[in-house]
Amino acid sequence: MWLYTLKRILLMIPTMFGISLISFFIIQLPPGDYLTSLLASMADSGQTLDPVEIARLRATYGLDDPMIVQYFKWISGIVFRGDFGYSFEWGRPVSELIWERMGSTLAISIAALVFVWAVSLPIGIYSAVHRHSVGDHVATFFGFLGLAIPNFILALTLMYVSYRYFGQSVGGLFSPEYVGADWSWGRVWDLMKHLWIPIIVIGTSGTAALIRILRANLTDELSKPYVTTARAKGLSEFNVIMRYPVRIALNPFVSAIGWVLPNLISGVTITAIVLNLPTAGPLLLRALVSQDMYLAGSFILLMGVLTLIGMLISDLLLAVLDPRIRFT
Amino acid sequence: MTHLVHTPTELPPDRPMAPEDTGPAISPLRPGDDPGKIAVASQWTLIWRKFLSNRVAVFAGIVVLAFYLIAMLAEFLAPTSPSLARPQFTYAPPQSIGFFVPDPDGGRSWQPHVKGYTMSVDPASLRRTFTIDDTAIIPIGFFVEGPAYRMWGLLDANMRLMGPLDASQPMNLLGTDALGRDLLSRLIYGTRISMSIGLIGVLSSLVIGVVLGALSGYFGGWTDLVIQRIIEVISAMPTIPLWLGLAAAVPVAWSPVTVYFMVTLIVSLLAWTGLAREVRGRFLALRHEDFVTAAILDGSSRARVIFRHILPSLTSHILAVVTLAIPTMIVAETALSFLGVGLKAPVVSWGVLLQDAQNIRAVSTAPWLLIWPSGAVVLAVLAFNFLGDGMRDAADPYET
Repeated sequence: MWLYTLKRILLMIPTMFGISLISFFIIQLPPGDYLTSLLASMADSGQTLDPVEIARLRATYGLDDPMIVQYFKWISGIVFRGDFGYSFEWGRPVSELIWERMGSTLAISIAALVFVWAVSLPIGIYSAVHRHSVGDHVATFFGFLGLAIPNFILALTLMYVSYRYFGQSVGGLFSPEYVGADWSWGRVWDLMKHLWIPIIVIGTSGTAALIRILRANLTDELSKPYVTTARAKGLSEFNVIMRYPVRIALNPFVSAIGWVLPNLISGVTITAIVLNLPTAGPLLLRALVSQDMYLAGSFILLMGVLTLIGMLISDLLLAVLDPRIRFT
Repeated sequence: MTHLVHTPTELPPDRPMAPEDTGPAISPLRPGDDPGKIAVASQWTLIWRKFLSNRVAVFAGIVVLAFYLIAMLAEFLAPTSPSLARPQFTYAPPQSIGFFVPDPDGGRSWQPHVKGYTMSVDPASLRRTFTIDDTAIIPIGFFVEGPAYRMWGLLDANMRLMGPLDASQPMNLLGTDALGRDLLSRLIYGTRISMSIGLIGVLSSLVIGVVLGALSGYFGGWTDLVIQRIIEVISAMPTIPLWLGLAAAVPVAWSPVTVYFMVTLIVSLLAWTGLAREVRGRFLALRHEDFVTAAILDGSSRARVIFRHILPSLTSHILAVVTLAIPTMIVAETALSFLGVGLKAPVVSWGVLLQDAQNIRAVSTAPWLLIWPSGAVVLAVLAFNFLGDGMRDAADPYET
């Protein structure tokens, strides 16, 4: 097991390297760099910058170094010093800006994952046990719909519905009076009132996918002889289903962390932009539009790393839970 | 390649013909089908029959075709030009079509029409609101002369499928936007952009996916390892942030056509991995089939084995995967344009239309700005998903 864990972590290194390359590529992608766009916007407003000052800034940020040197400087700063570079737009180190935002991104993703599990488990079991019943068809229908509606359209729709019919101010995580307040039950309740929309929006497609998988897996299990045996020896129907088949069919729930997590983080990004949540999404978009590339690249890098860690956890959990998975 | 199908060609005459009785193997056999014919049917015939037996998929296929038809005939189908702004009709609500108008003598006579608007100004906010005026009748007709256009950029024409007989009168079946532009016309033109991005995007990711998947699956070893790592990296990245990053780098100053192709390329750049996986898996399975060995022993080159012998037997699977990949592309374009980093006005796509619905105030004044474009997106995605599912099931007609 330890060997497997070690091997699995070592395998992550090339993938991480790839992700860092992609992030760096995106940082370098826009034509020009931050200084040129800064100069352009200053020229628009009639200001100029002393050429000596420009040269000094270029040297400080290493903007004239070859690509490989720039990449190496960037990645070694992150790995060895936790230095993600400098946000030109905010005038602060990137590392001061990202952690809080990444934290709320992770928190909402995990909340959405819990939502996905909590909803898809009972519905999936029901659908498999009562195949082709009315409830199953309803679940299938909503499942297809859930897969077909893009996150941001669902967010817009729910926003409109709750604005129109509940008169609720949506967007953000707190009502204005609670934004800077200390934690209290009122504040928690206010958070809950705002959190349900993003969680439903982000979780829906994952829920739909997981219900389909659970239904298919459980249907396979239910027709196996051991289920008949369990029934024949007089176990109650509840026990027959829950004791063994459900436990086996649950594997995708664990492996889901691996493939649902990238979707969730993707979903949090766009949903947060629509609903104006204080997560990485809105800041990322803003950074990209203003070409504040170190900030944007750091977000993309961290989101990639986050999903990798998610996949690692799901693989390890799966190996612990299911002895049939060989440690190769 | 040919497949042997074990079907009894002679049945005892007294036995009823039911699919279960006709032995193993093929499912497309329906009661009343001649089993002898099935036995000699080509693979594509079997696939087609199996596909036809899935009603939902067939219906979804018709919907998809309808979307592409709308996309092709956008100029003719749209009542007016998508960029024609009428500031006097901002946020005008949708009108419905009526066919009979009451005569002065109490009868009813045939006259297709829509109802006009009455405008009122809110004294406090000075905002204009339009309500449908049941007494104002605007006659409309089919094949009327509307604003001039160039069909496919080639033919000058001005015939529109339907429109008001008097071109100065408003006809907005789905309402108008903040500039008084007709939403229906914009939606129809947007269909062309959004649907074609899906198609072109999928073609380019098809090329990347098939070539890399085929190399990976056929050669194995190091090639496989490297390509698999690349796929792993790309599919580990959350797509939306990556798409955002790539799309935001497209310079603002580029022409709409260039931006269109860049966005298509960006969208397809991340979507080929699923396709490559599928192709690789099939290649791994087929690599040791007899017909491949035979081709190799015949002295075929590697390229010939891959492209002439193995790939054709994957065509049906590839088609299914491609169909399932198109909705991802459509949603990606819509999302990017919605966030303002994809296509931009004056180009009209579903995502550009949804940009108008970004503001909750605009949506509460004019809910149709949200309802119709998102309805189009969801319908297209659903149709492609059902069609793709049906095609995937039909791709292997020998499975039950």
